[in-house]
Amino acid sequence: MEHITFLVAVVIITALAFDFTNGFHDTANAMATSIATGALRPKVAVTIAAILNFAGAFLSVKVASTISGGIVNEKAGIHPSVIFAALAGAILWNLLTWLRGLPSSSSHALYGGLIGATVVGVGLDGVNFTTVVTKIVIPAVASPIVAGLAAWGATKVAYLISRKGNEKTTTKGFKAGQMFSASLISLAHGTNDAQKTMGVITLTLVSVGALPKHALPPTWVIASAGLAIALGTYMGGWRIIRSMGKGLADIQAPQGFSSETAATAVILTSTHMGYGLSTTQVCSGGIMGAGLGGPKGQVNWSMARRMVYTWGLTLPAAAVVAGAAAFVTDRGTWGVLLVGAVLVAGSAGMWWLSRRQPVTAGNVNEVTPVALDVTPAPAAVTPTTASTTVAA
Amino acid sequence: MHINWSALADTAAVSFGITVAVVAAFALGVLSLSRREAATTATPARGGALPLAGATVCFAACAAAVAYGLTLIAS
Repeated sequence: MEHITFLVAVVIITALAFDFTNGFHDTANAMATSIATGALRPKVAVTIAAILNFAGAFLSVKVASTISGGIVNEKAGIHPSVIFAALAGAILWNLLTWLRGLPSSSSHALYGGLIGATVVGVGLDGVNFTTVVTKIVIPAVASPIVAGLAAWGATKVAYLISRKGNEKTTTKGFKAGQMFSASLISLAHGTNDAQKTMGVITLTLVSVGALPKHALPPTWVIASAGLAIALGTYMGGWRIIRSMGKGLADIQAPQGFSSETAATAVILTSTHMGYGLSTTQVCSGGIMGAGLGGPKGQVNWSMARRMVYTWGLTLPAAAVVAGAAAFVTDRGTWGVLLVGAVLVAGSAGMWWLSRRQPVTAGNVNEVTPVALDVTPAPAAVTPTTASTTVAA
Repeated sequence: MHINWSALADTAAVSFGITVAVVAAFALGVLSLSRREAATTATPARGGALPLAGATVCFAACAAAVAYGLTLIAS
């Protein structure tokens, strides 16, 4: 009993830590274009995003009560140690992509972690692969394309209509509109992503019998998940904000409004239809579409390519790391402690590496993308550090 | 494995339609505001009542879309 209590506490803390990384990883989704066009000052933007993410956590528990979305077969016997391994994989991948300024999907990192840890800890039949393909893989491919097309069309329309107006007035108008569109994304993000953490914590509590099956998340779970994601959001993932706001395309106010509206429409429609898609991929797709639809018609394809590769890698990479972690945690308490130590050391190491080339609210709008061609050294060192520590 | 392509296509089409419609309405609203500004500077006495009414209608349509979005989030 003592052992279970300790493990459950560790899992809950790790889940909240994942929620925190999810927050700062995804601030860029809602706010990158608003910060890039000057619609919102950086600090104001992250404050609004944090408050709305917190509020969003309380709006619904629909996703949380069906956590894993049927991806993982609960009856197959998920232990807290498997969930812990899943979270470790997801956190390490989130931090690695953040360090490199790449907007990868936090949701896919979590799904990948759950899949990898379940396959190793429970077996292949613990994962519903049909659900993985229909609810995750296909929407993951389709949603950025749809968002991109919609943002492209909307940008064309916006420029066509507003070109007869006074440019100063129309720019002001679109910037005001961006505040609303960005806020709506933040709220939707809080609702979707905070719920995933609530779901993981609830799943853990159910698996040890602390809660009855099919229980709704208790209030303290909802509040702490909302708080963790809000704090993470307020930290502002400035590296990713810079990549998305400045690195992908030169975004003006009408384009920013179009891409944010497209992202909001795709997220809300798909969530309504039950597709678990990635806010990150939708928003990046929207920005690319808006870049192509704008007067310059340009997108930084090398950055776009890097992002697409990262999207493809996220799920398998998190799965491999989580699988390795599950293999170790399966050995017993010392395994859990070892994975915990590696997780803390790896996170601290990546934070330390990030200090070499810090990105803050003050320099977020500079054009140089993080670790792209300026400092190859940390970028080259990072993956090996992560993979060796994980394998150890 | 059964993949519901028509549901996927519907979702895509609806997303595209809503995006373009909302952005078009907002752009028309912004254009009307710009017209109103021009009208009030040209003939301050009459103001730009018609453009203002147009802008109000456009922004109200956008607000309705936002309100519908909020109900989708909370449901």
